[in-house]
Amino acid sequence: MSQIFQSELKVINIGLRSFKETLDKQNVRAVHVDWRPPLIVDNTAMAVIRSNAVRIEAANRKALEKILNSKPVITGMGKALEVIPGMKKNLLLHAGPPVNWQSMCGPMRGAVIGALMYEGLAGDVEQAEQIAASGAIEFSPCHEHAAVGPMAGIVSPSMPVFILENVTYGNRAYCTMNEGLGKVLRYGAYGPEVIERLKWMESTLYPSLCRAIEKVGTIDLKNIIAQALQMGDEVHNRNRAATSLLYRTLAPAVLQTSDDKEMAAAVLEFINRNDHFFLNLSMGASKLSLDAARNIRDSSIVVAMARNGTEFGVQLSGTGSEWFTGPSPVPDALYFTGFTREDANPDIGDSSVTETAGLGGFAIASSPAIVQFVGGSTKDAINYTLKMYEITDAENTVYKIPYLNFRGTPTGIDVIKVVGKNILPFIDTGVAHKNAGIGQIGAGVLSAPAEPFMKAFITFADRLTTQKEH
Amino acid sequence: MNIISFIKRGEYIDSISIMLIAKRVAEIEGVTDSAAVMGTAENKAMLKASGFVTPEILQAGEMDLIVALKLRDGVEPGSITATVRAIFKTAKEQDGEDTLLPQSIESALKTLPDANLAMISVAGRYAGDLAMKSLEQGLHVMLFSDNVSIEEEIELKKFASSRHLFVMGPDCGTAIINGVPLAFANVVDRGNIGVVAASGTGLQEVSCLISNAGCGISQAIGTGGRDVTKEVGGVMFIEGIRALASDPSTHVVLLVSKPPAAEVVKKIVSVANGIQKPIVSVFLDASTALLKDSNIVQASTLEEAALLSVALAKNEDPATVGKLLKKRRSEIARIAKTEAAKLSPKQKYLRALYSGGTFCDEAQLICQADLRDLHSNTPFGSSKKLRDSSRSQGHTIVDLGDDEFTVGKPHPMIDYSTRNKRIITDAEDPETAVLLLDIVLGYGANMSPLDDIIPVIQQMRTITAHQKRYLPVICSVTGTDRDPQNRSAVAAGLQAKGVVVMESNAAASTLAQAIISAKER
Repeated sequence: MSQIFQSELKVINIGLRSFKETLDKQNVRAVHVDWRPPLIVDNTAMAVIRSNAVRIEAANRKALEKILNSKPVITGMGKALEVIPGMKKNLLLHAGPPVNWQSMCGPMRGAVIGALMYEGLAGDVEQAEQIAASGAIEFSPCHEHAAVGPMAGIVSPSMPVFILENVTYGNRAYCTMNEGLGKVLRYGAYGPEVIERLKWMESTLYPSLCRAIEKVGTIDLKNIIAQALQMGDEVHNRNRAATSLLYRTLAPAVLQTSDDKEMAAAVLEFINRNDHFFLNLSMGASKLSLDAARNIRDSSIVVAMARNGTEFGVQLSGTGSEWFTGPSPVPDALYFTGFTREDANPDIGDSSVTETAGLGGFAIASSPAIVQFVGGSTKDAINYTLKMYEITDAENTVYKIPYLNFRGTPTGIDVIKVVGKNILPFIDTGVAHKNAGIGQIGAGVLSAPAEPFMKAFITFADRLTTQKEH
Repeated sequence: MNIISFIKRGEYIDSISIMLIAKRVAEIEGVTDSAAVMGTAENKAMLKASGFVTPEILQAGEMDLIVALKLRDGVEPGSITATVRAIFKTAKEQDGEDTLLPQSIESALKTLPDANLAMISVAGRYAGDLAMKSLEQGLHVMLFSDNVSIEEEIELKKFASSRHLFVMGPDCGTAIINGVPLAFANVVDRGNIGVVAASGTGLQEVSCLISNAGCGISQAIGTGGRDVTKEVGGVMFIEGIRALASDPSTHVVLLVSKPPAAEVVKKIVSVANGIQKPIVSVFLDASTALLKDSNIVQASTLEEAALLSVALAKNEDPATVGKLLKKRRSEIARIAKTEAAKLSPKQKYLRALYSGGTFCDEAQLICQADLRDLHSNTPFGSSKKLRDSSRSQGHTIVDLGDDEFTVGKPHPMIDYSTRNKRIITDAEDPETAVLLLDIVLGYGANMSPLDDIIPVIQQMRTITAHQKRYLPVICSVTGTDRDPQNRSAVAAGLQAKGVVVMESNAAASTLAQAIISAKER
């Protein structure tokens, strides 16, 4: 007890800042904690969690081991109907937690309309809307079919998808090819040029890439992402480096496997002109790693954060397939000329799967180049990343941040820490216009809403109690 | 004259930080003149013109920070070096202030891995959880927060005991660990008297009186007032005594508390009987039968306890304290007579307006000897409860730091406004015969007490002069000259306005009571 009398007093101060200032004046080493009250003050739940701390920790360690040891690669491509588990002719996959036609936001409705026309199920917009509302078409979250999609995230049966495989654990994930910027389906555009592009992607881009991938063998996505983080990407809002690295991998094979020089050039140019071509793959790679960590009993690690433009949904490893949802917030964004916050759709897309896996906003300290684009300073970006270490259980072993002395990115969001410390996951993202078909109107940052995490936390604590009683 | 210089090479320091460094080096004891500038040609010329010439300054480049000092004769340059280094270090840390602060205890421990104390002052409902987390990390805890449930307190203290850690508090306002005043504490000299206190104001008073009497404090451990109740069982009070017993720097142990539960007193006695060091106690209680067979020297006031400790620490005969206090009593009687003579026939009542809770109790105890019909919002001993806490009634001794006055407001030790209003109300009452006040200095307290109290004293004088009355104002000032407010300066400021400043609350209360008694005779 009296040991402290023999040592130099060093203080951690939580609460009144003036106490720390007094210590500073006396040259006493002290650190001030920027503390915030927890999201939920529920002593019973906290007590349950504390008494099960050892079990939870072991479960989370297991989950993190799986996330970190996952090794995502591209093994090939295929048609959604043929490769995605549970895909049906009358099924459309969408971003985020479950949502029906009535509750869908503008851009998602637009993308559904476009997809129905692309599939030939509807001849015009009116007919598409009728079919969508009739119940003849089923909707299901990408996440429930080992898939992920940016923004509206619509995957229809005929769409070609990349097949990703987790070399370590054998699970697979699927994602579409990125269409580029401007008037595109994922932002809810459904005009003729959108359908035309999708058709070209199906008829020209897909077979060409299929052959090229076959020629290359597997493509190591983990390696590309790791390199891209050191080249200024965070692989959510900036994918320029990763796209370039993928391009370098594919280009010779595209040429070698093509008889038609013009067509090969068009394929390569399509990738070259789309800085976001890699986005769908960084999402797929993240999905693959997180899916490996699903269904670990007692684990409080978040395995999905996804938005359907109406709601923000969260899933935990330890609570199975249950979604915890709350209203999706509008990002704090910089808008392109002519647009304002009034025009913005609430946050949308599965792309927050990157943050869930320790990339995107969690790795924004790697990406000073986009910091201004999302409205902030380099220091802000570093602080965003540093803050995320507070709510994650591990530092990535492969994805490293040069500026932070190659510290691993904060990985494995722990819902107990999110609620206990009142620090919400940070997401940097594109912003869609609230009306279908207009497209991207800005980019910005946001904190995930508290509600889904609070619900997840309560259910998690409840399950611990019931499991204990058994 | 000795000129020394320090060069910090090639490190970017912004201008505000340089100004801060300049201010701090100028404040170093023994420095008569100083400068802190970047080593540009102009700056170097300026330094030369001011008589700062050293080989290092001549060699300094544009990107180097120069700190140049002139030392008073006889000051060892070696003793300054460490201070300047420390200033450089803190300045650099402040330079990085806008980098992210840790948001949890775990991440704070990454920044300061060998931290050993957590100071917690968040709202009570969250404080217990944070305290437990700190203990789990092996940190001692000072829990400033109040409104922590007694169940939580018991759980925390049991757990802490099993880990050989201290939990000071909840509601622990002050402590001095390794010479560092924590939270609301005074800058007192270090010495060989160790204190365990279940009373914050009590701890401040005894530590200041000890320091002002030429001795010092080895450690002062606060336990929070509830520690000595039957429920908590004095866990930390006992641990504190044990720790001081085994601390080689502590020669005298001083125990300060409002009356502890009988069970706790028994435990204290049993632990004390196994300790060779002299032990002094002040439990603000006349019923001391329980302490009779112990080796604990009992004091009836905080002041007496401090003076007894000082005597024991200096190996003097404790009987000298009795003589000293006796002599002071006759002096007080003399002042009382003079003051009482100036009162009008209608002026009958004592009005004591306290910011320190323990002072309010001590004053009641002292005044009860002679004054009947004593009222308080926090009645102690034979006092009666005030009908309305916001209105004085007969002899009134009120604790303005009690919860009923502080909801949503700063404590009256910081913010004088509540008491200032009350001073005027009581001054307007023709029956008020004496105003008794306390002023507590130190870190955390009001930083400019004179600015806040002098105007109201003047206003009060105008009122009483207008009504052709004289109202004596008696005040104790708890503090030291090393406190940021400087006790001597505060006392002098009050005296200049006719306030009678006493060296302790016990002395001030005794005088106030004596004036009333002298008037009654």
